[in-house]
Amino acid sequence: MTRKLMMGNEAMALGLVENGVSLATGYPGTPASEILASVAKSRRLRTDPIHVQWAVNEKVAFEIAYAGSQAGLRTAVSMKQVGLNVASDPLMSAAYMGTAGGFVVISADDPGPHSSQTEQDSRLMAVMAKIPVLDPDSPAAARRMTAMAYRLSEAFRIPVMLRPTTRVCHSRQDVAVDAEVLPGREADFKRDPLRWAATPKFRLKLHGELEEKLARIAAWPETAPVRHNPAAGGRRALVASGVAAAHAREALASLGLEEELPFYQVLQPFPLHTDFIDHLIADYDEILVLEETVGVIEMQIADRHRTRGKWTGAVPRVGELLPEAVFARIAAFAGRDVDVPQLPAVPGRRPTLCPGCPHRASFFAIRKAAPKGIYTSDIGCYTLGMNLGAVDTVLCMGAAISQAAGFYQAYRHAAKPPPVIATIGDSTFFHAGVPALIDAVVQQVRFVLVILDNRTTAMTGNQPTPASGVGACGEPLNAVAIEPLVKGCGVGFCRTADPYDVKDFIKLVKEALAYARETGPAVVIARHPCVLEEARRTGRPPGPPPVVTDACDGCGFCVERFECPALVMNAEKTRVDIDPILCVGCNVCIQVCPKGAIEEAKDR
Amino acid sequence: MNETIRQQIVISGVGGQGVLFVTRLLAEAAIEAGLPVFTSETHGMAQRGGTVVSHLKVGPFASPLIRPGQADGLICLKAENIAAHGPFLHPGGWTVVNSQADGPGHVDADRIACGLDDARAVNLLVLGFALAAADEAGKPLLFCAPADVQRVLQRRLAQRESALKRSLAALAAGASAAKVAI
Repeated sequence: MTRKLMMGNEAMALGLVENGVSLATGYPGTPASEILASVAKSRRLRTDPIHVQWAVNEKVAFEIAYAGSQAGLRTAVSMKQVGLNVASDPLMSAAYMGTAGGFVVISADDPGPHSSQTEQDSRLMAVMAKIPVLDPDSPAAARRMTAMAYRLSEAFRIPVMLRPTTRVCHSRQDVAVDAEVLPGREADFKRDPLRWAATPKFRLKLHGELEEKLARIAAWPETAPVRHNPAAGGRRALVASGVAAAHAREALASLGLEEELPFYQVLQPFPLHTDFIDHLIADYDEILVLEETVGVIEMQIADRHRTRGKWTGAVPRVGELLPEAVFARIAAFAGRDVDVPQLPAVPGRRPTLCPGCPHRASFFAIRKAAPKGIYTSDIGCYTLGMNLGAVDTVLCMGAAISQAAGFYQAYRHAAKPPPVIATIGDSTFFHAGVPALIDAVVQQVRFVLVILDNRTTAMTGNQPTPASGVGACGEPLNAVAIEPLVKGCGVGFCRTADPYDVKDFIKLVKEALAYARETGPAVVIARHPCVLEEARRTGRPPGPPPVVTDACDGCGFCVERFECPALVMNAEKTRVDIDPILCVGCNVCIQVCPKGAIEEAKDR
Repeated sequence: MNETIRQQIVISGVGGQGVLFVTRLLAEAAIEAGLPVFTSETHGMAQRGGTVVSHLKVGPFASPLIRPGQADGLICLKAENIAAHGPFLHPGGWTVVNSQADGPGHVDADRIACGLDDARAVNLLVLGFALAAADEAGKPLLFCAPADVQRVLQRRLAQRESALKRSLAALAAGASAAKVAI
C-alpha cells in the first residue's frame, strides 16, 4: 500500500476522481482553491475524460455542474463558504428538483476566520436548502466522504454538501493512494419537464418529495453517527463533528476519559439521524455538543435542558474551536480540574502586498491623485491597499462598484461631494463587477473605477481569469479582453496604463477624475502582471535593488505612504535602507521618494 | 510501522521564508519511515508577509493542531516569533531559532545564508541545524536524520539540478553549524 502526503483539498479531489466524477467546476477562494486544481492533476488516473473548469463565478460553476448531473453524470462544484452565497439561488432550487447523476457541492468554511469576510456555517445553508451535509474531520475522512456523498446523492436523487473547514482543507496527512478507480458514465439526459422545468404548482409537489427524502436520509445507516467507545457509561455524553471531533479524540485520551465519557461523532450534521436524537434524549441527562461554527447539531436535539453547546453559551460562538478550547470544555464537562495553557495574545506581523506588487504603485497613485477621495475596494490581495490608506470599504465580491455608486448618490446633493474611486481586481471584475458597472453607466454615476489587472487570480494561488485564455488543466481557451467589455457596458472613458510609471499613472487618474466629474463613469485599467506569477512563469531572477543615497534624511514618507516591506527605517530613524533579500528591483520607490534619494543601481 | 514515535513540532516564520517547505520535507521524511503524520498550514491572506506557523505531528494523532503546552520542539525562522509561539512548548521542549544572539539552539542563518550567497536558504539552514542538533543527553532532537531529509530533497528536486545542489549545501551548512555549537 502506497501512502502519500496529501492536503485535504487534494484528498477530496482524489476522492472525486476515484468515484467517477465527469464534470468538476469551481471558483477559487481560500480555503477551497486547491480542490479543482487537484482534480485537474489527478484526472490522469482515469482513462475517460473529465471536464475540469474554473467558472466566472460560483453561481455559474454550480449551474454547469448541476446540468451535468441532470444529464446523468457524477459531477461536483467546489467553492468557499461566501461563494455559496453567490450560488445560493441555484442551490435552493436544485434541492427541490433533485438530481440524476450524483452531485456533490463542496463548500469550505473558514472558522477563525483566517482568510474570509465571515465565519458563516455552510451547514446552515444545507438546512435552508434542505439537503444533507457531511462534515469530515481530516483529509482521509474527506476523501472517504466523497464516495459516501455520491452514494447518498444517487440513493435519494438529491444534491449532497461536503463541508470541510480550513483545518481539513489545509491539513496534510498520509493517505493510501492505490484504491480502485471508477470510470465516468455516458451522458443520458432523460426529459422530464414537470421536474426539470417545474412550475410553482409542481414545485409544491417537489417540496413534499424533498421532505420525504430528508426523513429517509435521517435514517440512512451509512451516515449514522459513530460511537467511539461503546463500553463507556454514565448519564453524560459528548457529541462532536468535523475537526472538533478530531480535537476531542485527543483531548479524551489526554484526560484519560476515553473509556469513561460516551463519545459520538456525527458524520452527517443535517439531517441529524432521528434515532440518534431519540437515543440521546432517552439515555443522557447532559449532552455536550462540540461543532463549528454554529450549533447546527445542537439545535436539532430538541430538549434544550439537556444540551450544552453554542446555543447555551457553554461553547464560544465566535472564532475557531481550537484544540485547547475543546480540551477545556471536555475537562469542565467531566468535572476535571485541569490547567489549560493558552497562547498569549502577541500581535503578529500584518500581511502586506508583496515587494514589487503593482497594486502598491496603483494605490500610491490613487491617493496622490485624489487625496480626499472615498476609496471603495473589493476582495483580493488589493484589500491590503488599506495599509496605504487607499481602501476605505470592502464588503463582498463586486461591491466596490455598487458601493461607489451608493457613495456618489449619498453625496450627490452635498455642497462639495468628495471624489469616489473604486478599485477591483481583474478576476473580481469578471465575477460580479460587470452588472454593477452596467448599473453605474445607466445611473450616470460620477466615479472612477480602477481595474487592478495583474493578469491572474493572485490571492488564491494564481488561477487563470477569463482574460487569460488558459483553462484549469493548462489547455488553451478563448480569452475575453477587459477593454471591450468595459466599453460594451457603455463607459465613455476607458484607458489602460502601467502603474509602475507612477507619474504618468497619477496624471491618468486625474484625467479620469476630471472626466467623471463632468460626464459619468471613467475606467482606468492598471495593467502590470503579478510579480509572484511573473517570477514563476519566466524563472527570471529579480533585478538589482536601487541604491539609497546620502540625500535620505529619514523623513519616513516612503515607509508610511508606499509601505514596501523592503524599505526599512533604521533604528535611529535617520535613514531608510533597502532589504536586499526582499527587494525585487521594481524601482518604483525611486519615483516615490520626495527627496530624490533613491537611485537606480549603477551596474544594471 | 513504529507506533512508539510521537513528536509534535511547531515551525514558525513569516510569509515567504519557506515555513511550509520545511514542514513538507519533515512530513515526507516521516512517511518514508512508515510513520503516520499530520501537518497544518497557513494560506491565503495570512500568507502575504504575515506571521506563518505550521504544526507537524508525527505518530498516532487524530487532530492536525498542537495544543499550547504540548509541543516537543519549536523550529523558528524568525526570532521575533518566539514570544508568540514559544508557549506551544511543553516544559523541557527544545527550540531551534534563527537568531544573531548566542544561546542553545541559536543559529545565525541570515549571516550564513549571506556567506553562501543564497538569501533564500535560511529555512533549510535552520532545518539542517535542527536535524544535526542533539539534547544534553546526546539524543537527536528530531525523529529523523539529516540523511532522511536529503533523500526527500533528492526525490523532490530530481529534475532541478541547481536547486537541489543549493538546497543540499544549505542543509549541510546548517548541520555543520550545529556541530560547531555542540
